Amino acid sequence: MVTKRNLLAAALIAPLLLLVLVSFIVPLGATLYRAVEDAEIPTILPQTTALLKQWDGEALPSEQVYRSLITELRDAQEQQKAGPVLNRLNFEETGLRSMLLQGLRASGRFAGSTKEGLIALNPRWGDPQFWGLVKRSTGPWTPLYFLRSVDLKLGPDGAVVPTAEEEAVFIKLFLRTFEISLTVTLICAVLAYPIAYTLSILPQVWTNIGIMLVLIPFWTSILVRTTAWFIILQREGPINALLISLHLVDQPVTMIFTRFAVYLAMVHVLLPFAILPLYSVMKGIKPDYMRAAASLGAPGWRRFLRIYLPLSMPGVAAGAMMVFMLSVGFYITPALVGGSGDQMISYFIAFFTNTSVNWGIAAALAALLMGMTGVLVAIAWLLVPGFRAGGVRV
Amino acid sequence: MTAIPIPHIRQRPSTGRLLLYAATSLLLVFLVAPILVVFPLSLSSGELLVLPTPGYSWRWYADFFTSQRWLLATYNSFVVGILTTLIATTLGTLASIGLYLGRFRGKAFVLAVLSLPMVTPVIVTAIALYFSLSAVGLGSTLTGLVLAHTVLSVPYVLLTVLASLQAFDPNLLRAAASLGASPLQSFYRVVLPLIMPAVATGALFAFATSFDELIVALFIASPDQFTLPRQMYAGIREFLSPTIAAAAVLIILLSVVLLMINETIRKRAIRHTLPPTDRTP
Repeated sequence: MVTKRNLLAAALIAPLLLLVLVSFIVPLGATLYRAVEDAEIPTILPQTTALLKQWDGEALPSEQVYRSLITELRDAQEQQKAGPVLNRLNFEETGLRSMLLQGLRASGRFAGSTKEGLIALNPRWGDPQFWGLVKRSTGPWTPLYFLRSVDLKLGPDGAVVPTAEEEAVFIKLFLRTFEISLTVTLICAVLAYPIAYTLSILPQVWTNIGIMLVLIPFWTSILVRTTAWFIILQREGPINALLISLHLVDQPVTMIFTRFAVYLAMVHVLLPFAILPLYSVMKGIKPDYMRAAASLGAPGWRRFLRIYLPLSMPGVAAGAMMVFMLSVGFYITPALVGGSGDQMISYFIAFFTNTSVNWGIAAALAALLMGMTGVLVAIAWLLVPGFRAGGVRV
Repeated sequence: MTAIPIPHIRQRPSTGRLLLYAATSLLLVFLVAPILVVFPLSLSSGELLVLPTPGYSWRWYADFFTSQRWLLATYNSFVVGILTTLIATTLGTLASIGLYLGRFRGKAFVLAVLSLPMVTPVIVTAIALYFSLSAVGLGSTLTGLVLAHTVLSVPYVLLTVLASLQAFDPNLLRAAASLGASPLQSFYRVVLPLIMPAVATGALFAFATSFDELIVALFIASPDQFTLPRQMYAGIREFLSPTIAAAAVLIILLSVVLLMINETIRKRAIRHTLPPTDRTP
């Protein structure tokens, strides 16, 4: 009986499970794998890779290895496939791209040995350390992208060392993401509390109106709300017009593309997520407890601190968790109303995917962002009772 | 025993109360005002997005409804939204029933896998689909967009329908079987009517999710597949014309309609003494 029932259940679940596996889980896995995959050099320079695998790593490689690298690189360049190799090696050490391109251009003019020609061109070609870097990049895996996304790298000797100061941007990025998310979460929690409380004690008619005013922005798309702020905060926008007409300022105030604009718009977008779970918790707090405390002589502030606040805490926690989780992954709002110093992790994932193509770094950042969100979900699931009941709509 | 009538004392609200009401009113204004500001801007007769507007006209709505790009974007949004809703609602409802019926180990794991797209940061989903859809030749297609939106919106269907099934009494199925109903009949005549409000809510969420989705569209849509949010984003980046405000107003009005439908479903479900299937309080 149970078997038959389970067969039916499996048949009902299978179509969706298949869809989610094929169009989400597999793509996600493949993308995250890019964070450790090291496939550029083995695929584009297979012969050089094979030769370097046999190289002892001590003495300079033979003429054959030099020639193989130059030949394969030139073939790749003719088919416009050399880019990934150059990017990969330049990522290992800045400056290798130009050195390789220089060698490639000059190699046609070499009369005798490629090895000697290259070394005469740039002594670095005669450095076993350089070949060590190339050998290290022949796959199949590399920890480089994960290391770089926390401002570390592998030194020439293979030891983990901090990256140069001008390249150390990622820890700052994570800290900034946390700073923005925490600030937004805190503001949302503080603002949501009085709203949710008032809505929970008002007569039903007023509560319904108030809840509608919370639900309308909740259902309005994030882009539309961000666009509204984008328009409102312009230099010639309504707020500046108002400030000037009231003679509060003489010159328009710059608000768009600032951190202030990011906080304002993000709080506006996320506030309903904090209000709704808090409201449903507060609605369930029986007034009897407060009356009992009052009858025992507790003054108002004490009733609030000792009875109401602890009872409403699960709602605060559920709302704050939701807001924090959503803020950490925010992309559109900071991208539209923030300046270059206000962008968060998501922005850089997009940047490394589209603009400055470095899919390894994009994947490593994506994996870290996912890991962070996963930890938050796990904490929320275990510790925040209201969380499972609350929903997310992004 | 009758309750002792409590004398109705009309107290003057305390200063604290008044402050609380004032703060709440201000915050509610803060929530709604930015959305309302777009309305007069969209009706401006001028070229700039300034208040007060030089005059009022419908020209930007006329511009929206005569522009090839905006019309195409509207069409794409509805096609993708409706297809997403159909697929997500059908597969999501079937899977929910399967999860309700099944008595096997790892059910929680299956549910977690199916709801993973909901907790994954959208940018991660977007780049994952960007890489894989282009790898199989579905980048820059509406099919790819529908697949992506279906995956993103299916958890909402799943969770709302599952929540309503939790309250479903399995004895009703036995009763139906004892009266000679086939499993298919009892599904159509007993289960489906009872979970219908949840299915409708899930469908509404699925449509709203697809209709509002921008980040995946940013990565996998070329101009021919631009949806309304994508077209709006392009507009903001290129030239901020009041047509964007007009588009924003139209999207807001649609959201309000969806919200109203959802509230109606919820109220009817409560009246039919079904548990609230909505996450809104």
